[in-house]
Amino acid sequence: MTRFSRFMESFAAILLAVVWISPLMFAVWAAFHSTSDAVNFNLSSAWVLDNFRTAWSGAPWLQYFLNTFLLVTVVLIGQFILTTLAGFAFAKLEFPGKGFVFVLVLMQLFILPEVLIVENYAMVSRLGLFDSILGVGMPYMASAFGIFLMRQSFKSVPMELHEAARIEGCSLLGILWHVYVPLAKPTYLAYALVSVSTHWNNFLWPLIVTNSPETRPLTVGLSIFGAPENGVDISVISAATLMSVAPLLFAFLIFQRQFVQAFLRAGIK
Amino acid sequence: MAERVNIERRRQAIYGWLLLSPAMILLSIFAFYPTLATLWSSLFSRGTRRRASEFVGTENYADLFADPTFWLVVQNNLLYAAITIPVSIAIALAMALWANSKISARGFIRTAYFTPTVLPMIAAANLWLFFYTPGLGVLDQIGSLFGLPSINWLGQPETALWAIIIVTIWKEAGFFMIFYLAALQTIPEDLKEAADIEGTSRWTYLRRIVLPLLMPTTLFIVVNAMINSVKLIDHLFILTKGGPSDASKLILYYIWEMAFAFFDAPHAAGMTILVLAVLCIVATIQFFYIDRRTHYQ
Amino acid sequence: MQKLKKLALAAAMGISLSAQAAAQTELTMYYPIAVGGSLTEVVDGIVSDFHAENPDIKVNAIYSGNYDDTRVRALSAINSGEPAQLAVMFSIDAYDLIEQELILPFDDLIAGDEGKAWLDSFYPALMANSQIEGKTWGIPFQRSTIVAYYNKDKFRAAGLDPEKAPTTWEELVDMGKKLTSDGNYGLMIPSTGYPYWMFQALAIQNGKELMSSDGVTTYFDDPSVVETLEFWQSLSVEHGIMPTGTVEWGTLRQAFLEGQTAMMWHSTGNLTAVKKSASFDFGVAELPANLRKGSPTGGGNFYMFKDTSAEEQAAALKLIQFMTSPEQAAEWSIATGYMGVSPAAYETPALKAYTESFSPALVARNQLENAVAEFSTFETARVRDGLNNAIQSALTGNKSPRDALAEAQKSAERQLRDYR
Repeated sequence: MTRFSRFMESFAAILLAVVWISPLMFAVWAAFHSTSDAVNFNLSSAWVLDNFRTAWSGAPWLQYFLNTFLLVTVVLIGQFILTTLAGFAFAKLEFPGKGFVFVLVLMQLFILPEVLIVENYAMVSRLGLFDSILGVGMPYMASAFGIFLMRQSFKSVPMELHEAARIEGCSLLGILWHVYVPLAKPTYLAYALVSVSTHWNNFLWPLIVTNSPETRPLTVGLSIFGAPENGVDISVISAATLMSVAPLLFAFLIFQRQFVQAFLRAGIK
Repeated sequence: MAERVNIERRRQAIYGWLLLSPAMILLSIFAFYPTLATLWSSLFSRGTRRRASEFVGTENYADLFADPTFWLVVQNNLLYAAITIPVSIAIALAMALWANSKISARGFIRTAYFTPTVLPMIAAANLWLFFYTPGLGVLDQIGSLFGLPSINWLGQPETALWAIIIVTIWKEAGFFMIFYLAALQTIPEDLKEAADIEGTSRWTYLRRIVLPLLMPTTLFIVVNAMINSVKLIDHLFILTKGGPSDASKLILYYIWEMAFAFFDAPHAAGMTILVLAVLCIVATIQFFYIDRRTHYQ
Repeated sequence: MQKLKKLALAAAMGISLSAQAAAQTELTMYYPIAVGGSLTEVVDGIVSDFHAENPDIKVNAIYSGNYDDTRVRALSAINSGEPAQLAVMFSIDAYDLIEQELILPFDDLIAGDEGKAWLDSFYPALMANSQIEGKTWGIPFQRSTIVAYYNKDKFRAAGLDPEKAPTTWEELVDMGKKLTSDGNYGLMIPSTGYPYWMFQALAIQNGKELMSSDGVTTYFDDPSVVETLEFWQSLSVEHGIMPTGTVEWGTLRQAFLEGQTAMMWHSTGNLTAVKKSASFDFGVAELPANLRKGSPTGGGNFYMFKDTSAEEQAAALKLIQFMTSPEQAAEWSIATGYMGVSPAAYETPALKAYTESFSPALVARNQLENAVAEFSTFETARVRDGLNNAIQSALTGNKSPRDALAEAQKSAERQLRDYR
């Protein structure tokens, strides 16, 4: 009985996995076949690279890759700096108004940048950042989630280490840099993973604030590539889609173990 | 001595505010000020060539409440949230338990579950379009093997929203799984051993020991899922554009459409304020709940 | 002394640099594109030809997706103070653009008889959407009508004359029935994306316009309009020659190429793409008639934005004139399937040779004599949305055509009340 139920469970788990991966598998199938063979599932048909050639020549993908790469880097650096400073202040310093400000920050968890697109768009234009990578990244830098995470992580650092560093004559920023930041490495890593995958995938906001191929990230480029007036070619779209997800997907496959480990060690719960 | 404490206190205050200021400035610019500005602009009418913008008080809100599309969209979004949140969490939990157990092919399973998370929603939508398209689509082809009639998943009001919901669940579950997986590893092995010795069934062990220990994680995920049920609309742009007959239109998409396709910023602002108000209420309830139920160190 | 010299040199260089900058007028143009990415190369080619002729003008042509995306992008740019002098946008956006005070009429920009002659050189049917309140607000660029594509092989297989596409609604239904076999349909008319456009074609054929020419009245609940929607619905429900539910605009071409339907109605802008990938013998025909023949025009016009200097306006006008000149129009038509926008384009050697070897390229133009302005009113996006929803509700069986259209009419009247 137990063996049977174990077997059933394995079967269910694998079935779910197959279902979950199938859209990607079909994209691979479609991307490497002519459209007609792809939709008719001619299993014996030839594997071709034409779709990739067509897709590649159809848009400045390298530029899009570069834009996305710059975007996630800029956002990540901004987030690291801002959330470290703010998280440290919330975790280890006592000052009047702290509780109130912390509630404000928590509120921001729910004031989604996505909902405020109209005013944020006006703000970015006012700051002269419209159609710039900084403009895409800036609204996300003071991440409440990140501040919260850093606060939790810094709080768990024992006060003795702090005191020891202070007695050695470290300034407050020095202590932050030499004691807290190294100890919070797993948190940084986990947060970086969440942040990178979020912003690599972000769409609506970049759709609104980017206006030219020089700033467009991959997601927006892909949607524009896939939205010609008179219809889509499934194979070419699949090829373009695969190209745009490949870097992150491979990175994930290669660093899978570290990825999960990072989450475990960060103790996000 | 008192003097030194005082200096130290002042020093901390200055440092505290200095360290907070960059984040606070950005939060003010991109969260607090826009919220107020949205509230303000929702009280004015739209300016056109014939009529300049003027103060209209709550008229925009009255318009929204009288707009049947608005109510349809609200209803859609509620259904969207009511299905995607529990289902994706339940699936995520099952995935985490499986990925954590000694099942064969665990590596493959884990990878497969997690893959949708690294795909941009917009790309994922392209993949799913290939699934849903009547006649050509994978679902129809599979259906036809069993003699089922062709179903126009995205083209019928009864199924369009469900098709969208499925994509969302597919995308989210793997992401939530990671959090559960992390939490599961912190549950000490000896609890399991003790349960085995006592002859507790796996089901009871799961229900009485694992689930309570996962409670904080679950709450964290619920918050995330709720936020996603408002903001995860990218696939609408590819799959349905809110159609047919608004059957799959969600509120953020309607806001976008109002502001950027209909050029009607005031009504978009009104809707934004309503969404924020609802989120705020939910947030307040959550915080009280979290405060009571869990213990963040 | 040495220092002074350097300074003078620097100053001189500065002056010459700025003089150079002043000599060059920079234009930013947003445009949508019909079929897939590679056509951006065609536009880039046209632009670089233009640069060669006009070295003092620099054009940044920005491809920005479909028509809706392009409008959003161009207007965002303007709202945020980014430069944008001209754009190719939906011909039916004119009312909204005027109402938002964003565009300039061309009448004021062009001088005298020469300018008037230029405006008159285009097909009048293509100008219909741009002429509002006595002025011309748009110049036709990528323009289309709806045409019927049909699979000649399937016509032969069904025992029909492959050279004779249906010319009346009755023939359409009869032939459609013969062409329908299990799993494959006789006809597909797309009902996502631009359902109002297809519906307008049917309504015209049924003898009724959907809107008044001043853009403030719609006739959705008119009996013959209701009858039109009933006819469309009957194609699937009663006659079974079309799938039930909506037919997806974006994947329809693929469905036609895969032989899932023997006939499809689609934009002529799809012609080149169909020609490239059809593995069977296909034909293109004018749409059938009920009371009369007809199709709305469609597609994009050039618009000139208001906040532009006189210099930029002159440069932009030059660019528009270049891109709509007969030679360029001919090249564009061959590359896409869109119409040559002026009779002169069809007299160019290139397009003449092309249409002689490939006669379907003439169908859209021949249809122009029966063509009317595309559906467009004030508040056009929302009014259109209401109509689209009514059409989709009827086709999906959620509402009766009469109720759905009455609802759309009511909401249109609410939107248009302020403009009367």
